[in-house]
Amino acid sequence: MSVYDQIAEAETKAVVEIEQAADLAGLTAIEPMLFGKKSELGGLKRLMGEVDAGERPKVGQALNEAQLVVREAHALAKEKFSKAQRLAQLETERLDLTESLNSTQRGHLHLVTQTMERLEDVFVGMGFTVSEGPQAETDWYNFEALNLPAAHPARSMFDTLYLDLGERTEIGDGEGGEATNILLRTHTSPVQIRVMESTPPPIYTVCPGRVFRRDTADASHMPVFHQIEGLVIDRGISLTDLSGTLNEFTAAYFGGAISSRLRPSYFPFTEPSAEFDITCVICEGAGCQTCQRTGWIELGGCGMVHPNVLANCGLDSEEWTGFAFGFGIDRLALMRHGIKDLRDMYTNDVRFLEQF
Amino acid sequence: MKVLLSWLQEFAPIKGTALDLGNHMSDLGMAVEEMRVLNNLDGVVVAKVADLRPHPKADRIQLVDVDTGDDEPLQVCCGAFNMSVGDLIPFASIGTVMPDGMEIAQRKMRGEISNGMCCSASELGLGTDHDGIMILPDELQVGEPLLHELGLAGDVLWDLEINPNRPDAMSVSGVARDLAARLGVPFRIPEWSVESVSGSAEDLATFNIEDPVLCPRFTGRVIKNVSVGSSPLWMQMRLVLSGMRPINSVVDVSNYVMLELGTPNHTYDLALVPNGHIGVRGASDGEQITTLDNQERTLVAGDGVIVDESDQAIGIAGVMGGASTEISSSTTGVLLELASWNPESIARTSQRLGLRSEASARFERGTDWGINPLAVERFCHLLNQITPGGIEVVGEVIDVEGDLPEQAPVSVRTSRMSALLGRKFEASEIRNLLRPIGFEVAETSDADVQEVRIPSFRPDTQTETDIAEEIARHFGYGNLGTSVPRSPDAGRLSPEQKLRRGIRQVMVGSGMVEAMPNPFLAPSDIGKSGLEVAEPVRLLNPLAVEESVLRPSLLPGLLAAVGYNYSHRNIGVKLFEIGAVFELGLTNSLPDETERLGALLANEEAFAAIDLLRELGSALKLSFEVRNQDGLPGMHPTRCAQVRLNGSVVGSVGEVDPDVLKSYEVEDRCAWLDLRLDFLVAGAIAADLAPYVPVSTFPSSDVDLAFLVENQVQASEIEATLRKAIGEELQSVRLFDVFRNDQLESSSRSLAFSLRLQAKDRTMTDEEVGKLRQRCIDAVEGSHKATLRS
Repeated sequence: MSVYDQIAEAETKAVVEIEQAADLAGLTAIEPMLFGKKSELGGLKRLMGEVDAGERPKVGQALNEAQLVVREAHALAKEKFSKAQRLAQLETERLDLTESLNSTQRGHLHLVTQTMERLEDVFVGMGFTVSEGPQAETDWYNFEALNLPAAHPARSMFDTLYLDLGERTEIGDGEGGEATNILLRTHTSPVQIRVMESTPPPIYTVCPGRVFRRDTADASHMPVFHQIEGLVIDRGISLTDLSGTLNEFTAAYFGGAISSRLRPSYFPFTEPSAEFDITCVICEGAGCQTCQRTGWIELGGCGMVHPNVLANCGLDSEEWTGFAFGFGIDRLALMRHGIKDLRDMYTNDVRFLEQF
Repeated sequence: MKVLLSWLQEFAPIKGTALDLGNHMSDLGMAVEEMRVLNNLDGVVVAKVADLRPHPKADRIQLVDVDTGDDEPLQVCCGAFNMSVGDLIPFASIGTVMPDGMEIAQRKMRGEISNGMCCSASELGLGTDHDGIMILPDELQVGEPLLHELGLAGDVLWDLEINPNRPDAMSVSGVARDLAARLGVPFRIPEWSVESVSGSAEDLATFNIEDPVLCPRFTGRVIKNVSVGSSPLWMQMRLVLSGMRPINSVVDVSNYVMLELGTPNHTYDLALVPNGHIGVRGASDGEQITTLDNQERTLVAGDGVIVDESDQAIGIAGVMGGASTEISSSTTGVLLELASWNPESIARTSQRLGLRSEASARFERGTDWGINPLAVERFCHLLNQITPGGIEVVGEVIDVEGDLPEQAPVSVRTSRMSALLGRKFEASEIRNLLRPIGFEVAETSDADVQEVRIPSFRPDTQTETDIAEEIARHFGYGNLGTSVPRSPDAGRLSPEQKLRRGIRQVMVGSGMVEAMPNPFLAPSDIGKSGLEVAEPVRLLNPLAVEESVLRPSLLPGLLAAVGYNYSHRNIGVKLFEIGAVFELGLTNSLPDETERLGALLANEEAFAAIDLLRELGSALKLSFEVRNQDGLPGMHPTRCAQVRLNGSVVGSVGEVDPDVLKSYEVEDRCAWLDLRLDFLVAGAIAADLAPYVPVSTFPSSDVDLAFLVENQVQASEIEATLRKAIGEELQSVRLFDVFRNDQLESSSRSLAFSLRLQAKDRTMTDEEVGKLRQRCIDAVEGSHKATLRS
């Protein structure tokens, strides 16, 4: 047998061994017989010494080629066995992902909170801060400082809930020696007064919060509801600044298709006063049942802060002017989601709460 | 305030579409709440009742033959019985669409055919009377369209919302003045007058104002030859469409003048006022009077009264007349009172007596004292016009003045108006806007300043800023333009506000649903929820006893909410709330108001609330300390604990008392967490500023220790001892296993802790770790009833 025949035979034998391996372990077991000095091809390296010097490169090349063939066959076999082993392993790990049990679900913020935060975010984006104050208030902060003295007929616009402090009532500190009335704020305007008293202008702030009226609950009234008011005090603030600010808010909150307009109105704490309407969000101004075919819906009240209010807070109305506005939060939430009855928001039924 | 176009047109040549005119009024601050064009009653005609017959099969309806001018009368079934043969009535023929949208069709009622409908005033939108068929005056033409016959065809009725600062707009003439100014057409109040018979009015009647502040002006007139009858249809229709009921000629004229000029007035039977003397004074406490409605009423100081010559009260000023001088069908002499009153006094009295009327609504806003004599003349003029044979007015108008409100001229700076309104105005523009609504404007030596004299019908307008509103109103708010001021600072939420939002998100992330229970409670709710509050904050004027105290805790509201959900088969709800609770303060002033976080987890044991607390602690970087504490109010007596933060009690955690749950009909256990939000927030702000602690680069060692600990020793105590025993090399300690079983004594349980030890500056040797381990064991066994489990 020639040298070359011996090499070819050893190669064939090795390849057959590889093909006969049953799995990765079998393949690993025969590796010493395939590679290295103890393998048959490895053993044939000694022939290099037995052939003519001229023949040696050819023999060497034949040996290398044979080893390459064996390595390739081994690599292929190894890859095949690894793949099969991985597939078998994965099959044992198979899961039915539809078997998942219902575990904890994320909770929900109340719709009023969501609406309030959304509004706050819009105003923060417009450069406003957010101010807060107590829900139980004195007559001064809720009424008098707002240019609503005790006998003012406009007080009847607010059905007020008063608190009974019993023997803690301080007699003689109110007007005419009567006791100061403590009440549940009927609007968040007392927060405006507190801000003006404590913060030097310029002031750009909104006051969101809970307010109270002596109203029997029905589809559109609750004795406890929520409002947001805005206050700007600066040099040279004008009525057009109010219009522009409300326009900007309206577009930011409701979207560009919705705009706002002012109509003259009356509030004791502002002069000039206005109601502000927005384009009907249902029909976008085309006219529908919600807006009584006017294309507009009334959102809230606003106006230039009354000089008496500024004076009550120690501000000179010749130097500082400002505007204020306010509207209900609950009604915005109702409008946005097509809720017909305000009372539904306050039953605390999770089937309601979990929808938002 | 309801106004008819035809009535407005008596004061100014107002023209335009109903829609445009309505928009103008809204834009002037008189918002149109409702608009009705009176052209929608086609098919309703004047018909004559030709015959009335009983329905053969029904008692509650009768058969009416109506004559509509055609040859054959039509048979109609009718449920009303107030008409007689020969009466004229409104008749809706087949095909008519009624104001409520109903279409009239031929119908069969219990076997009888009905060919249309006899109409009541309310069915036609011509009044509130729906008890019977509207009986029309005899002079109308049978067969003619009803609205045409009533003189209303094509007229427009607006219902306007009038603000409290617009007393002038509480009258047809005032609305006309405002609208005419906007439209640029002339406005005029006619100079009505009546020729009087000779004689002196003062011989028949005298007025005396004792309280000049209460009554700035008292004007009146003596009228004779009065015969009280019914007023003409045109007047009745105007009253009806304005929302008032026609009564008789004298009352109708009185109301007509009030609606037209905004001046309420009152009529006395002259014969019943001794010597025609009328005085005005403040009432004394306890003074009695029987009013027109035959109610005995008690007055207090501050009310105004009208008195006769013997100082006997015969009327409550501006609110209601007395019964003793009421006019009747036999009245022939009338004493007319057209007075001005102090608005605050009228507001107080009418509110206290619950007597709000069209008159008091006008007096409360302030009526136009300047028009009193003319309004008296208007009254006489109208009564003369509608009284067959005419009336006699004696002498002159009697006019007594008290303290007339003085309105000094207001200096109005053009520059200030421009600054306030955000548009550059010229002085001439201001004049042109103010003059048509009755303000006199005069230029001054200062080019920037004009003097504005305010008319008597605008008592609300007093200052330069008030004038700015009038300028803006007539210029049009929408025409001023817009601008956006910019805050010099960045907008932001405060750290506290951000943390409150963060806490809400932690709750939501833990599966909690935010509820908003009613902050008002019934006094009994406090005991029902196991709370101990001696004196809750009470409302002085609650709507109901169920809503008469302010909550001292979030627990009752959340329990009620869970109870509501259980009653609707929403089992296992997990609700939280962040809200204010109230308790009486130590001194007078405001009640103490504290913001708290409450979380109620139905169908969960106490540890669910502990988990929630841990979640909160990890989110806010706070280490809460939980300390078992039996018998916290409302809580499960043996499953509750105080929550402490940096040594202060900040709330409680555990389960709700089973008895309390029973009273709310919740059959599952409920875990409960209640924390003071301000402490949480303050702690979190401080924790957020904690400096960086460098991470040790040396390896750590873990030590696990299990102790058999008697039940009365809290796990937290063992943990505290472990912490103290190791000191600064302790990186973390964690209770990782608790178990009780038969092999252990029943008075103890096994607590297993995992400790991680690490030094900042070196690798700890095994020997060192071993020493620390022994120190832990000695410390725990030495200070607690606990032994190491081997």
